[in-house]
Amino acid sequence: MNSSLNLWVIPILPLAGAAINGFLGKRSSRQAVSTIALFFSGAVFAMALWVAMRFWFSSLTLPYHEYLAHWIRSGSFSADFAFYLDQLSLVMLLVVTGVGFLIHIYSVGYMWEDPSYYRFFSYLNLFMFFMLTLVLANNYLVMFIGWEGVGLASYLLIGFWFTKDSAASAGKKAFIVNRIGDFGFLIALFLLIKHFGSLNFDQVFQSIAPLAPETAGTGLLTAIGILLMVGACGKSAQIPLYIWLPDAMEGPTPVSALIHAATMVTAGVYMVSRSHVIFERAPTALTVVAIIGTLTAFFAATIGIAQTDIKKVLAYSTVSQLGYMFMACGAGAFSAGIFHLMTHAFFKGLLFLGAGSVIHAVGGEQDMRKMGGLKSFIPWTFLTMGIATLAIAGIPPLAGFWSKDEILWRAYQVSWVYWLIGLITAFITSFYMFRLLYMTFFGDYRGAQADAHGSHGHDAHGHGEPHESPMVMLVPLMILAVLSLLGGLVGIGNRFEHFLAPVFGSVEVVEGASHGTEMLLMGVSVAVALLGWWLAYLLYYSRPELPQRIADALGGFYQTVVHKYYVDEIYAALFVKPLIDGSTRILWQDVDRKIIDTAVNDAGDGARRVSDEARHMQSGNIRSYAAWIAAGSAVVIAFMVWMGSR
Amino acid sequence: MSTDSLSSIILTLVTFAPLAGGLLLMLLPRRDRDIRIFALVISLLTFVLSLHLPVYFHRAQAGFQYEIDKPWVSTPNIHYHMAVDGISLWLVVLTTFLTPLCVLISWKSIHERVKEFFILLLILETALIGVFTSLDLFLFYFFWEATLIPMALLIGIFGHERKVYAAVKFFMYTMIGSVFMLAAILWLYAHTGSFDFVVIREQIAGGAVPGFSAAAQWLFLGFFLAFAVKVPLFPFHTWLPDAHVEAPTAGSVLLAGVLLKMGTYGLLRFNLGLFPEQSRHNAWWVMTLALIGIIYGALVAMVQPNMKKLIAYSSVSHLGFVVLGIFSFTQAGLNGAMFVMLAHGISTGGLFMLAGILHERRHTYEISEFGGLANPMPIYAASYLVIVLASVGLPLLNGFIGEFLVLSGAFQDKAIYGILGATGIIWSAVYLLWMYQRVFYGTITHPVNNTLGDLSGFEKMAVWPCAAAALVMGVAPILWLGAIDPAVHAALTPFVQVVGRVVGP
Repeated sequence: MNSSLNLWVIPILPLAGAAINGFLGKRSSRQAVSTIALFFSGAVFAMALWVAMRFWFSSLTLPYHEYLAHWIRSGSFSADFAFYLDQLSLVMLLVVTGVGFLIHIYSVGYMWEDPSYYRFFSYLNLFMFFMLTLVLANNYLVMFIGWEGVGLASYLLIGFWFTKDSAASAGKKAFIVNRIGDFGFLIALFLLIKHFGSLNFDQVFQSIAPLAPETAGTGLLTAIGILLMVGACGKSAQIPLYIWLPDAMEGPTPVSALIHAATMVTAGVYMVSRSHVIFERAPTALTVVAIIGTLTAFFAATIGIAQTDIKKVLAYSTVSQLGYMFMACGAGAFSAGIFHLMTHAFFKGLLFLGAGSVIHAVGGEQDMRKMGGLKSFIPWTFLTMGIATLAIAGIPPLAGFWSKDEILWRAYQVSWVYWLIGLITAFITSFYMFRLLYMTFFGDYRGAQADAHGSHGHDAHGHGEPHESPMVMLVPLMILAVLSLLGGLVGIGNRFEHFLAPVFGSVEVVEGASHGTEMLLMGVSVAVALLGWWLAYLLYYSRPELPQRIADALGGFYQTVVHKYYVDEIYAALFVKPLIDGSTRILWQDVDRKIIDTAVNDAGDGARRVSDEARHMQSGNIRSYAAWIAAGSAVVIAFMVWMGSR
Repeated sequence: MSTDSLSSIILTLVTFAPLAGGLLLMLLPRRDRDIRIFALVISLLTFVLSLHLPVYFHRAQAGFQYEIDKPWVSTPNIHYHMAVDGISLWLVVLTTFLTPLCVLISWKSIHERVKEFFILLLILETALIGVFTSLDLFLFYFFWEATLIPMALLIGIFGHERKVYAAVKFFMYTMIGSVFMLAAILWLYAHTGSFDFVVIREQIAGGAVPGFSAAAQWLFLGFFLAFAVKVPLFPFHTWLPDAHVEAPTAGSVLLAGVLLKMGTYGLLRFNLGLFPEQSRHNAWWVMTLALIGIIYGALVAMVQPNMKKLIAYSSVSHLGFVVLGIFSFTQAGLNGAMFVMLAHGISTGGLFMLAGILHERRHTYEISEFGGLANPMPIYAASYLVIVLASVGLPLLNGFIGEFLVLSGAFQDKAIYGILGATGIIWSAVYLLWMYQRVFYGTITHPVNNTLGDLSGFEKMAVWPCAAAALVMGVAPILWLGAIDPAVHAALTPFVQVVGRVVGP
């Protein structure tokens, strides 16, 4: 028997922090603001640990339900403020609060000189509130509160430096593209309501569990699955809706680490995994998930090769890694997807925080071509980022190796095509990550020594020689580095999968796939990772003149990659411009003004005398109005008397 | 006085308190400050009085409450018949909630003919409340038309440059629409001998009205046309942007906040109540018009260079949701429609106040005149954002609840209705966030904007209640839905009987 956990306190804590800083922060000192922010984000992490401890020591049985209050009641439909905790949400809870707390600490140092310090922490705590609501929801509608809410926090934080047009536009773009995904999410919810009468996870999944898989390829569950995936594509930046995430790098770097790498963008993976009961019975939907994930992983990785902005490389890398997670889900290996979600939160969070430390060191510069040789200036940043790079590249025994390998292995069992594309992506990943490392930390420093305030304005901190960040920023880096080193070990011997088995079902042993094959594939993926490392070493360390020559040789193709395949331009030409032009010229000026309003005014002219009379009424004289009313009423009453006397 | 005896006269009190205040105001000397304070006291008093309605309302009970039914004129047979159910209840409270805010927002902005302004405002409030409380069709029609005059005068006297054009257009357009309703009402009276909504409804349902089946479609259309113009449903909407752009802020608030809801309320009460079969029969094209309104209104709003026109067209889009929900004939659809009415009243009322605040400072609504305002006016910007988010339909704010229920209901009726309607959630984000960006973000392009003052005390008192209401309605919609749900269920009962339709979740 569980005593109450009071889970509702978990999202409420950061909300309180957001409210206090939001309303009072402007008049408070930086110390007070950061104390509030750290207290509430730390308290929520402590509470998450406490919950985990209780589960660990078996004083808590999962799944655990908690009802808080009514929300929406309409006829027989209801959606309540209620929470749900199982092994899956527990993992998410720990990742979100843990990484979240570390990034709060880091931000204290990183944002110290920003004039809107309080606003930043208020938004960041607000994000935690919505993210935790998303994770702990016991029904799709409360999940949707968090889902849209993290979108709001993302909008506010991307556009944090709103005087910059590009930042404001990027925030708006993120919100709108996410809304396109939410449109699909909502339709999925309507289907669930229509056919199962509820949005409660328990009720929905209990109704669906007895249903047979839709092997014919179409059906209700397939439709629901694909629509949910549309939502996930928006939130988790998958093809075709990934375009907002690279722009989101306009936000302060801690935001990129927390929201646009470690937590929020993984919400789609979480939602799809949460809905595994639906997807498992909709093979076509699973295939769609796998294809989107695989294509995105590959496609985004290729863009990552040619980026020169350090944050943009990491952004495309994030899109690509999220693709891996969906590849796992699509292969039915939800626990592998969640495993990668966790390790990715460690090493990608670390990479972004490290990038922030780099940007901090070189006075706001984000262009890697103006960096180089930083390893002697900022050794701790170099060391921790190096570990993260090894981890994401899939070098054993670091975290990324275990989770990525698990995904590739499970994908292989579904189709060797997924595996092969995933493997090529792993090679590209290793290449662009080591490229980043070499361009940033090796060779000679190419940046301007003085005069380092500059184009990136607000991210600018210091001047002169690159300098290491303060401890408040380095400690989170070190903790994340340890996690990136060791975090994958929980997956050895399928322990992570066993942990999640109560959620996703027990581990299936696929016949015909021998242990030998698994070891062989593992060897291959380590080999391609090393190959990518070697290639990056060759091109960006030992023969730095080569990349330009290769780029020249490739010519137009290279330009296409540099310009991200012109996807933004294509979308603008296909959707944005026709919509705005069409709405302006056709709908507003032609239909509304010329056709409808002209018709109305013509009809009015037909009764010109009447309207002339009316214009005389517009004398503003109340008495003449009263007379009009009296006259009108008299006519009506006379008519009625006549009717009544008939 | 005991609550019971108060309950029997409460509707009369709430309806006529503003009128009485307006009449008293006529007697007051022209000291602007006194007049403002008096108007504020009266409107606040009315609000407090109206709170009696939800507080003592029997929520589980679907029928009319606080009923008062007294013969008024014997020939023709007109009754003073007033009552509210879970549907009209909240519209009354919405009206009494918004009126004091209108007084506050006009505190400084109206400085000529102050007395006339507040007299008209209070008369308008009585007329609006009367529309929602009347159950006698004659009485209803009287209040319906009575709203026109003070509103037209508010626009025509206190409006901006093209005020007379807008006032005449508003007046004539809605007046002509109403004529058809009047004809329908008179037909019903001639064939039932009663103006009483309840009596007529029973007679129609019992098949006791001679010649009804032949006339029903025309009667439906007669009511429909009057309401469609008022909503306004596409393509009857072109009076709205003109009226809004020219109207003073308080006029816009009540116009968008309450006056448009007269149309949707009418559709729900009279078209559905009296002509269930015809409603069902005509639903497909009504819903098509509503869907066109949702998408068309949003797209046209998106490209408006004028903030007030943008908000006006967004109303066309939002009210499309209401009509879509009503004609889905589902529990969710109607609950949602009611909720959108209230939510739109709050959020669009708030938006118009915020637009007015800017106009007072810069005497323009052109979006291109602004930009970067978040720095000189941070509190204004934050308040604006909350209202924008409510309007965009962010969960935990009021817009979401209604839109979600409407779309869910429309989807249950026909999937395509829900799908097309749901594109509205994308469009609203597009036009509102784009406008917000152009007004508040970026750098200041017009130096004069650097000197703009943030919200004054009066402005905060006017705007913040809207923001607070948006939040409370979004977090605890149950407070409203608890009364709406049974009333909607009752309203749908004829559809179960007549059309054999199952009322879904």
